[in-house]
Parts: sequence; C-alpha cells; structure tokens
Amino acid sequence: MSLIDNLARLEATAGGRARPRATVRHRHLSERPLVFVPLVTAGEAGAPLGALIGTERTSPRLLTVPQPRDRDLRFAFLSRLAEILLPYVESYEGDVEAAERTEADAETGKRVKVEVELCADAPQLIVPSRAGVEFVRLLGRSMRFRRTAEQDPDAPYPAPPRVPLLGRWLTHFGERSRVPGSALLLAMTDLLSRHWATGQSSLEEQHLGALLAWIEAPEGTSGAEAALRAELARGADGQLLCPPAGPATDPAFDNQLLAPAIERYDRARTALAAASDGVEADGLLAALAAAERDIDALVESRTRPTWDAVWRGLDALCTLPEAPHAVDRWRGDRWSFTGHRDRVAAGEPPQPRVDDAVTAANKLGTREREQARLDAQEALDDPLVMAGRRLAGEAFAGVVTDVVMAYSEGRSPRPRPLVTVRTGDRPHLDAGVKVYRSLEGKPQAAQFVAYDADADADSDDVGGGGRLVVLRVLDKMGRGKEAEPGSVPEVGDRLCWTLFEHEQRGGPRLPEPEDTPWTHGGPPEGAGPLGERSDAVTSEDIL
Amino acid sequence: MTVSFDPAAEASRATDAILRDTLHGAHRGVVVDSPPGAGKSTLVVRAALELAAAGRPLMVVAQTNAQVDDLVLRLAEKNPELPVGRLHSSDSDPYDKALDELPHVRKSAKAGDLAGLDVVVSTAAKWGHVKGVEPWRHAIVDEAYQMRSDALLAVAGLFERALFVGDPGQLDPFAIAEAEQWAGLAYDPSASAVTTLLAHNPGLPQHRLPVSWRLPASAAPLVSDAFYPYTPFRSGTGHGDRMLNFGVPSDGSGPDRVIDEAAASGWGLLELPARHTPRTDPEAVRAVALVVRRLLDRGGVATSERSPEPVPVTADRIAVGTAHRDQAAAVRGALASLGVVDVTVDTANRLQGREFDVTVVLHPLSGRPDATAFHLETGRLCVLASRHRHACIVVCRAGVSTLLDDHPSTDPVRLGVTVKFPDGWEANHAILARLAEHRVSWRP
Repeated sequence: MSLIDNLARLEATAGGRARPRATVRHRHLSERPLVFVPLVTAGEAGAPLGALIGTERTSPRLLTVPQPRDRDLRFAFLSRLAEILLPYVESYEGDVEAAERTEADAETGKRVKVEVELCADAPQLIVPSRAGVEFVRLLGRSMRFRRTAEQDPDAPYPAPPRVPLLGRWLTHFGERSRVPGSALLLAMTDLLSRHWATGQSSLEEQHLGALLAWIEAPEGTSGAEAALRAELARGADGQLLCPPAGPATDPAFDNQLLAPAIERYDRARTALAAASDGVEADGLLAALAAAERDIDALVESRTRPTWDAVWRGLDALCTLPEAPHAVDRWRGDRWSFTGHRDRVAAGEPPQPRVDDAVTAANKLGTREREQARLDAQEALDDPLVMAGRRLAGEAFAGVVTDVVMAYSEGRSPRPRPLVTVRTGDRPHLDAGVKVYRSLEGKPQAAQFVAYDADADADSDDVGGGGRLVVLRVLDKMGRGKEAEPGSVPEVGDRLCWTLFEHEQRGGPRLPEPEDTPWTHGGPPEGAGPLGERSDAVTSEDIL
Repeated sequence: MTVSFDPAAEASRATDAILRDTLHGAHRGVVVDSPPGAGKSTLVVRAALELAAAGRPLMVVAQTNAQVDDLVLRLAEKNPELPVGRLHSSDSDPYDKALDELPHVRKSAKAGDLAGLDVVVSTAAKWGHVKGVEPWRHAIVDEAYQMRSDALLAVAGLFERALFVGDPGQLDPFAIAEAEQWAGLAYDPSASAVTTLLAHNPGLPQHRLPVSWRLPASAAPLVSDAFYPYTPFRSGTGHGDRMLNFGVPSDGSGPDRVIDEAAASGWGLLELPARHTPRTDPEAVRAVALVVRRLLDRGGVATSERSPEPVPVTADRIAVGTAHRDQAAAVRGALASLGVVDVTVDTANRLQGREFDVTVVLHPLSGRPDATAFHLETGRLCVLASRHRHACIVVCRAGVSTLLDDHPSTDPVRLGVTVKFPDGWEANHAILARLAEHRVSWRP
C-alpha cells in the first residue's frame, strides 16, 4: 500500500468518511452488467440456497432451493440459472468485428497474422464480494464435468441439458477474474475499495454494506458509525438490519427463520407424498406451495438489500469517468470471451481439473505481465495513483529548465538531446537508469545522466528549488538526423517521467504441453487436444 | 569435534564427486547445494572448463546479466583461449564493456551466431526466447534456487542434461501475481526450479559443498545452524586466521563501541531505543551511516589468509544491506551527507552472491509494529547475515524479540507443499539470540 493510500486511510479514519483513492474509474463497466447475488446453505459446500440475478435493477429474478440438500431441487436451480445466464452470455457471441492475431502456421511453424473474429462486447458478471467470486468458481467446478443424458445415456443421474455448459462458462469467468485488471467477473467490494479508502481493514471492507456506508455517508455524518450499524445492528426480532452480502448467511437467520421454514416445507412435502386421494392432495399441494413461497420471501428479504447495494455501488462508480486505458484492458477481456466462445463452439472438452505444467506457467506469466501493465496504466491514467508512485521514488514530475541538443557517436549520428528537469520529487535514480514519459500515448525513453551539480547545494530543499535531473532522450524522435518537431521536450514543459516501463514485453514462448521437458515430468498423461479426460464419476459424486 | 577436519581436502573431495557425476554419471541432472561463499562460482567455472575440455560443448544459464558477465570474465581468466559465447539481449548496453577486451569471447543477440562455441552463457530470460537450435548435450544452471520453475520450463528443452548449482538458503523466487491455485503441484510455476526438478526426478544425485571460504569462523556455525540445520557446513578458516584492527582508537561513542565489538567477535548489534518508526527510520539510517563513516575514519585493516600483510578496509570492501529499496536510498543519502562514497548500499535481493569484508545491516524488523511474511523470510536474513568475510554489524531498534513473539508465523500449510525448515521466525530468533551477546545500546 502506497504512502498516498495510507494518507487517504488516515484521513478517512479521522473524518469518518471515505476518501478517494482514484480520480478516474479504473475498470470498464458494461452498459448491461449481469448482477448475481447468491446465497448458500450453511454446512454443505456449494449447496445454493437461492439467488437474485438479472440485468434490470428494478426487476431481478429470484431463484430459490426450498430444500438445499435435495439434489433434484439443486439441479432445478442450476437449470434455471443456466436459462438466465447462458442467454445473457450468448447475446454477446453474435456481434463480432474483424481482428488480427498472430498464430503459429500449422505447416511452416512461422508466426503469421491471421484474420479472426473478435466479439464487439462481452458479458460482465458482478457479484457483491470476493466470496461471491469464489462461489462462482465453485459452482463452475461442480457443474462442468457433469454429463447430460444426451452426452452419456448411461449416466445414472444425468444433469439437465445446459448445466455442464453453464459450469464451463462460470469456470471461465472465475479463472479470468484472477487476471489483474480483468473485468469479466468483478466483486463490488473490490471495485469500491480500489476507488475509495475507508478507515477499515481490508478484511472489513469485504462487508459490502459497511463499505458503502463509508462511501455514501453525507457530509457532516459519520460513515464509521453507519458502517458499524450496517455490520451489527439487529431489529427487535434479533435479525441483522443489513444482511451480509453472502454467499454465507447470518446464523441467527438460519436458526430462527430459515430452518423452521425448511422444516415446514419438508413436512408439507412428506404429507403430499403420503396423500391418499386427489382432494386431499390438492389441499396439501397448496400447503406445499405456501411453504415454498415462505422460503422465497425469506431468501428475497436477505438478497434484496445486497442487490440494491450492488447497484448503489455501480452508481457511485459511475460518478467517475472511465480511465483511458480501461478500454484497452476490456479488449483483453473481449479476447478472452471470444476465445472461450470458440472453444465451446469447437466442441472442446471442459477445462481440466488441474492445469498442466505448461498451462500453469503460461497463466502465471500472463498474470504477472497484466499486473505490471495494470500498475503502469493506472498510474498513467490517474494523477492520484501517480502521486503514490512519485512518493515511492518510482516516478518524478517537474518542469524542463534546459534542453541541449546532442548527438550519438557513430557513422550516422542521431539526436540524443540532454534535457534538464527540475523536480521536488526524490526518485531512486541510479546511474544509467532508464525513465519513460508518455508522448502522444507512446512511451519515450530517456536515460538518467546525472544530477546537475549547481543544484546539489540545495538538494535537500524540496519545497524550494528541488533537484535538477539531467536526462538523455533516447528514442521516438523520428528517423532523421534532426529530431522531429514536438518529439523533444521544450523549456517550460511540465513532464512526468516514470522509472517503470509503460508497456510490457512478451514472455518466453513455452513448449507445447506434449513437449513438456523431463525436468517437469514430461508430457502429461493423455496430452494433446483430444486426449484430455474429465473426472471419472466417483461414488461421492452421487451420494 | 573432528580435530582432523581439513577444509581444503573436504572441499576438493566434494568437488571431485560432483565433477564425476557431471561428466560420467548416468543421471540427466545433478544438484549441488552450496552455502554462502562455498566456491559455487569456482565450481561452475571448473565444471564448464572440464566439460569443454572433454569436447562437450555446453550452455550456461545464469539469472542476471551481472552474473553472466561475471561468469564469462572468470572463464576467460582461467582459460583465455577458450571460445566463449555471450548471448545477450537486444537492448542498448546489454553486457559489461569489459567483455570487449577479451579476444575469444564472441557476443551476439542471436543464438545462431554462437553455434559451435565451446561455452555459451546467457540469462534464463534470454535463453527462454531461443528457439529452433540444436539442443546442447550439457547445461549448467547457476543460482538454480533463485530460478523459477516456469523459467526452467522455458529453457529445459534446450539441453539434454544439466548441472544445477545454487544456494537453498537464499531468497526464494517470488511471483507478483496470484499463484495459490497451483500450490502443491509438482510443477507449481512459482516454485523454485530445483523444487520442481527434484519433485519429478527424485533419484537425481544431490551434492553439497561443505566449506564456506567466505564466512569467518565466528559466523559459519551460526549461519549453518540457523539456516542450514540439516546440511551443516564449516568455515574454511579457523579462529584467529582473520583479524580486523583499527589505527584510530575508539572515541567511546555507540558506533565506535559496536565496531570494536564486531572486530573482536565477528558480530555487533547496535541497539537503538525501542520505537515504532517509518520504514526509513531517520535515526537508524543515520546510525548506519555513522557506523560506516567511523569504519572508514578509523583506518581499519583486515588480516586474512589471502595475504601475509594486513589489507586496508576501503569503502569498496564495505556494504550496507537493507530490506527495502527506499531504505537503501535513505542510507545512500545519509552516507552522501557524511561524505562517504563507493560503499555498496543495496537490498538483500541485490546483494545475493556478493562478498565484502564488513557489512552493516539495517535489521528488517527494526522499528516495525508487525512482522509480515516478507520481513520474516528466512532467505532475506540469511543473505544479509552471510555477505561478510570479517564482521557483520546490525543496527536495530530494541524490542524485535518481543515483536517476533507477538507474530508467530501463520503461513497456511498446503497439501503437497514441503514445509521449509527452518522458518523465518525461528531463524530470526536464533540470530537475535546470538547478536544479543554482542549488544551495544546507544541513544543517538
């Protein structure tokens, strides 16, 4: 956490209201995000209790599982979830634009440009908190290896038709969300705490209600008190006034309201099953429906406040203009979405249970490059983030005080002007360090030459003169002997130089999985596009 | 105790066994664990020369450009006639200009240009981009414990068999992105190259170098016990073989007293009053700078097995080690204001593999209110406590042992992950206990 973030936190603590950590919105938000507020049952991993889901703020769809331990009912829930989620995802599959991608040519092995489709937009799933992201992963994991009756006629408990596909998509969303700066699946608490600092710890910030209380506190009121109320206040019935954002529910709710309602439902179901004639059954069916409605009402009462909170969070985020580079990163999300669309269409098997060595290394490499890219882009987009980097000695801003034209040695001298910048910042400049500035969106590199001796005397005087940093500009000055106009800084220009690179280089090209070397255990069993096996069904799958 | 311990004989026995396995062994890989200053670089150079002499061209993988340049210089020093290739990046200024002086060292950014040379040396990052060349029969991977598993994956296709050399006690490689989902997998890309290699090839011969030539007799047992409890090593020199003397007597100040303590015992702890401070604690930084200033002013001379005459301890023989870059920058600033130049000041990561006569360390936990995994990392402390030939002076706020007790290590234990011993918590306590015997309390 940077010094500037610590300052924002201290100010928030002192003032009782959230303080901005950003001046722009660093994540792309879809015009039509799908908000998903799931709840789970206590005591059984991955047993959904219900969810609110939808793209319309005023009319979410409510899904419930009246008896969460009943696997038929769970499948019915997942099936209805697929009916909502998959059409939303598929609505983005058709609208494509032409794009280019470099691929290894099948015959020559050379890297060639290929024309491919890129989806013009992509779906975006928003859950209340990080635990919701985990739950999306868990749901994906629990569904993608299922077999429908069509895929496997002998399956003893076939999954409803679209459920395995839903599992593959949720797995893709969950995996993509591990890439820094990605926006296919977002947790509202992460989004808000990226843009605002509160006086809470990062663990406390996982409570959406409390976090929003800090951010929404009107002037003159204490967000800290509102947050405490959101976390702890209970009504006369002993229930939390602001239910947790889930997926876990409050134990008091489980014990006092949910458990009796589920018991009533179970009794009504047992009674109906034992009904001896039609007239009696009609009455019992009505009782069962009433019990179901009770559970629906309970689930809705606990998800609706969170649902509204997510949308209020979106409101807050939309008060910030979108950062220029967020669109670039969203393009990466669109590629990711398009890629998975194509894999599904090509009939490829579901994502394997664990990555092979090559896939894992590729994923880690990508994530590290994206992290570095995100850090650089957020700083370039946002002076408040850049201020943090400047305080950390990783960037400096200042006014150009002198420009001396100089040239490189060699047969055809190139312009290598010396630029002197006066800065009050204290960058960690070692001899020969490269620094970069943004010139019309492209990074221009320069090399640190020396601190100007004239300024050494007052080098500690940050407020007054600051230091004079002498840089040698290295590139982006055209191909000619003389620098192109506008490409060399001029006296009086206010510039910000960074010690970090603005763009990331590609990593090494790893071998194909079937060429995994001996150091990493050799090729995985059944490697190759067709050999991947899904999990075998074990007795535990059909308890 | 083995009275008859002959360090030179022990070391050469170990080296012979390593070379035998490398040149004539049946296994595809050989792993060598080397404690600090045990002659790892010497071993790498010797193995490379012997392989080349046996008519078996090889590639050498190091982790940083500085290490690569250093290796090339050492190879040329030992055998100026040997055709060596330095594969480098296409950046400006990609290698040490000193290589231009060497007639038999060819430099290129393309692996194809260097084909056929006896030894080709480059960084793991550069090797990772080399494609479409005939694989080498042999490779030497230097600093293999600091190399990540995914980096090895990128280069392992380039060689048939390899000698992996490294120091298991130094800093583990790290990832700046989420990698927990692969924890416990044999090929976890964020693990070290050796971890992955041994997980998949448990039968590979593993050797270790038994003697540290760098660490003095006062330091080797402590560093061995604290950081290498199951693979102990000895110092190559005995008590009394090395001495540190000063021409100017102590003025009685804290820095002077701690210098004398360290000169006499090899260790010194300059303890400042307990206080929670920012990372760049101005008092501690100033104290570090003062100690360095006094070390130079008092005209230190070092006596060692290297030369019969005492050698002056000049600025280039002194280093300051810190945990964070901003601390290093603050120390550099404080040194400059005291007129000290040419003293190396850097973080533990960048001091890895370096050697000095005297080191001054700003303790990673000094003045902190908490002890995070970063600050507790065993390797960080090990690097800082094992760079010196004569003495190590630690500057620290009081209260670190209480801080440690308040923050027992809480790393999650993951299935399939070998728990590392010792953990940083325990190693920190071991070092602190020893330093406490050489404490000089000082209120600046």
